[in-house]
Amino acid sequence: MLERALYLGDIKNDPTWRGLDEVVERIKELKDSFYDIPEKQLIREIERIEDRVHFLEDRVAENITPMERVNIVRSTHRFTLMDILENVYDSYTELGGEGECNLDPAVVVARAVISRFVKNKIYSHQVMVIGHEKGKGEEFRNGGSAKPWGNDKALRYMKVAETEGIPIHFYIFTPGAFPIEDYPGAAQQIARNLYAMTKLKVPMVSFISEGGSGGAEAVGLSDFRLMASHGYYSVISPEGAAAIEGKIKEGEKVPKELIEHCAKELKITAEDNLRLGTIDRIVQEPPLGARRNDFAFFRRLRYEMIRATDEVVLKTKSFRAFRAYALRRKKEEGKDVPDEFDVVVNWNLNGLEKERLLEARSKKYRRMGLRFLKEGRPILPVIKKAKEAVSRGYYEIRYGLLKHHKKSVKQLIDDVSSEGAAMLKTFTDPVLSVYEFMFLEPKKRRRVVKQDHSPLHSVFTQDWEQYTSPLSNEDRTVTCPNAQKYGCVDLWVPDLYGEFAGVCPTCGHHFPLEYQWYINNLFDKGSVKEFNQHLASSNPLGFKGFDARLKRDARRTKRNSAMITFDAEIMGLKVVVAMLIGSFRNGTVGTVEGEKFVRACDRAQTTKRPFLCYVHTTGGIRIHEGTLGVIQMPKCTMAVREYIDSGGLYIVVYDNNSYAGPVASFLGCSPYQFAIRSSRIGFAGPRVIRETSGTDVPPDYHSARNALKRGHIQGIWDRRMFRKNLLEALLRMGGPKLYYR
Amino acid sequence: MIDVNLNALLRQYRSNPYEELHIETPHTGIITFNVKVGDLVKGPSGAWKERPGTTLFTLEREGNVKKITAERDGEVSFVRDEVDGEFCEAREHVVTIRHRLSKDEIINFILRKVLYVFEAPETARYYLVPELEAVRDQKKEITLSPGDDFLIMSLMKRDTFLKYEGPKGTVFRLYFKPGDIVEQGEPLVGIASPEDLDIVDKIIQRIQSEWED
Repeated sequence: MLERALYLGDIKNDPTWRGLDEVVERIKELKDSFYDIPEKQLIREIERIEDRVHFLEDRVAENITPMERVNIVRSTHRFTLMDILENVYDSYTELGGEGECNLDPAVVVARAVISRFVKNKIYSHQVMVIGHEKGKGEEFRNGGSAKPWGNDKALRYMKVAETEGIPIHFYIFTPGAFPIEDYPGAAQQIARNLYAMTKLKVPMVSFISEGGSGGAEAVGLSDFRLMASHGYYSVISPEGAAAIEGKIKEGEKVPKELIEHCAKELKITAEDNLRLGTIDRIVQEPPLGARRNDFAFFRRLRYEMIRATDEVVLKTKSFRAFRAYALRRKKEEGKDVPDEFDVVVNWNLNGLEKERLLEARSKKYRRMGLRFLKEGRPILPVIKKAKEAVSRGYYEIRYGLLKHHKKSVKQLIDDVSSEGAAMLKTFTDPVLSVYEFMFLEPKKRRRVVKQDHSPLHSVFTQDWEQYTSPLSNEDRTVTCPNAQKYGCVDLWVPDLYGEFAGVCPTCGHHFPLEYQWYINNLFDKGSVKEFNQHLASSNPLGFKGFDARLKRDARRTKRNSAMITFDAEIMGLKVVVAMLIGSFRNGTVGTVEGEKFVRACDRAQTTKRPFLCYVHTTGGIRIHEGTLGVIQMPKCTMAVREYIDSGGLYIVVYDNNSYAGPVASFLGCSPYQFAIRSSRIGFAGPRVIRETSGTDVPPDYHSARNALKRGHIQGIWDRRMFRKNLLEALLRMGGPKLYYR
Repeated sequence: MIDVNLNALLRQYRSNPYEELHIETPHTGIITFNVKVGDLVKGPSGAWKERPGTTLFTLEREGNVKKITAERDGEVSFVRDEVDGEFCEAREHVVTIRHRLSKDEIINFILRKVLYVFEAPETARYYLVPELEAVRDQKKEITLSPGDDFLIMSLMKRDTFLKYEGPKGTVFRLYFKPGDIVEQGEPLVGIASPEDLDIVDKIIQRIQSEWED
């Protein structure tokens, strides 16, 4: 009873709610003077308190607000992964450490056995269980915040599961990843996990209790996503969102009402997420949420995990229609968990089934959030489709069939000619030398190919009609931030933003420049052709006050989203470019930005061109789009993976500030990442690090130099050499296979 | 033997335990003061001194408003009020900060007077020679005689051995961390003759016990 009363205090985040503190006091008194009170009085008193607690429980259960759900999830009474391993699975062996003696105690990996009854017989399945362990208040668990090496451990055992061909069950109990940049960096590791998970050839089912943004995605990309009815899945903690929304300074208290408002607006509950399509099914919990000893809930969870895995597997089978139907019907029969399953499903997949599994996963993620996209229908959809088909066909013939054919023929000719030449050489050599001796010819003058030095072919910048930043129109001077360290002189603004391209001539510090500078100076004149510009950012969650901010940004920037996608050329090399711009909502990624990125990626795949993503600035996932923003991480990574697997060259260049979700997914997964000098790259900013981990970080913690040191990026480029370096990178990484391997 | 009148030195610091920091304008411009006489100011803070100190004044030149901040903690003892809001020439003394010396600072000042201090000849990385590094690892005293190789100056990938050219003595204090870049003229090593070591220890103990921070 004491636990029940304390739990109510946890939910309300107020131990004095409706006299709870008095109830708790009274229970403690009774406990202490148990033998001193007469039996009848004791029973009467216990019944009275029981009634009171029961009454309060009913009041709480009547209306659980989103913030109360967050409190439920954070309560120490809540079940954890270890409880699941004990109660849902028959047996398990923890891998990669035990308890405190662990690679990362916040991440638990186990080989487990789960079984089902079918016609009174037990059938067991081997699975790999991977998830976060919040612990029961132990400090070493870090509240379920995985460090980079914890996520690396998860990835390692995902690959083991793939080798062994066993399904993976993910359990997400994390408020977010631990924001540190130790090798390889929180963002880099999450990106690596996501990249691998997109094409992992085993069925994966995830269960979300506490889904904190990027940390959740590190083990969250799966074929079927279950969510606890009292859990939350969010892009940011309500407190974090409130601090941003209310522009609360560091150290100041965030108003409770604002936190509750944000929790409501972020649409973090299971019902909200099901409606948004970011999860597939809800696992019902008791009215006040499941606790450590809710064995009925564990029984239900076991049933749901098996059912979800069955569904994923059955969708890959050729006779899937019937089985999937049977399972769906079972669901409709009633809400009680049946004692037995109707069928036994073999969770092993053969080659073809694995292909179908990956195809279904790709479709699932690519479709996510699409219904919230406001896109005008083409007047004649048939024409649009026909156009796409024709262009696909053209590029397939141009760079696929013909190129492949040409390559084969060329290789054959080369082989034959070199073989033939070697053979003939023995016979022709003596004759040739006699001939040359007798008929000596004067040496022909070599034709000198004149190099074109016209400005049109400058690899540095485009000299002919140079774009000058409007920043240079001010008649004043500025001070370089490194002036004290390196003795930089004050810079006259027209010089700085004109001739110097925003670079301090003394120390090389790069002052931020607008994205237009790059569009105009990086690509060949007239080659930039934007596409999908009709896709405009919206407010899919109806976040209060966000529409006005979107309009204001659109008016100010004359753009309708933070992503610009276009075809361009660099010294005649055709590339597809996705550009995240900082001036629109600080370069945050939402549904539209994600979709534009995916379409650009697909366009690069269709046209078989290299794909460049230039990040002018990104502040992460757009919090106002909630989990619709979060799912852009797996969605875009899926598109990138498919593009790279099909032979494409994907290069990412960071500039200014690049943080959080995008870096931890579709940007960070690129094998070739570069940064412009003076840029900062990381997972979370210094304030978030201070507030979550309690440690301060040095001022250069996120510098490009440190990102280079830990292997996140492959090089730091000077802005003035961007065009030249990019061209070199394209030629070097692409080589003769630039337009596809 | 050290020829220092310790009592006189201590008396001097006790009578005036302050260091006067004269702040000058780095360049010309219109000056606006942010502090007045009697204000307490703070120097840079944070583990990496990343948070700048209190803004003393701003200097505006060609539309560029530059903040000049305090480099040390202390009390403002002088502000040249007559130039407030006016054009001011470069290298003009405009603010004085009275910085109260801490115990460690006094010890360092006195040690600089009683020890033979070897200063960095160039801005470079400095290391102890391996033999002396080994002695230091064993926590033994490092004794130096004139002509001994004792430091390695590492600059532009060139390692130069430095010879000790002071009086024979024992290394009392290393002012640098091996491998760190030391600016030219900064102290590297403080050396005391073996017979002076006791006196130096006594000086430190006396300051530690008598001085109130």
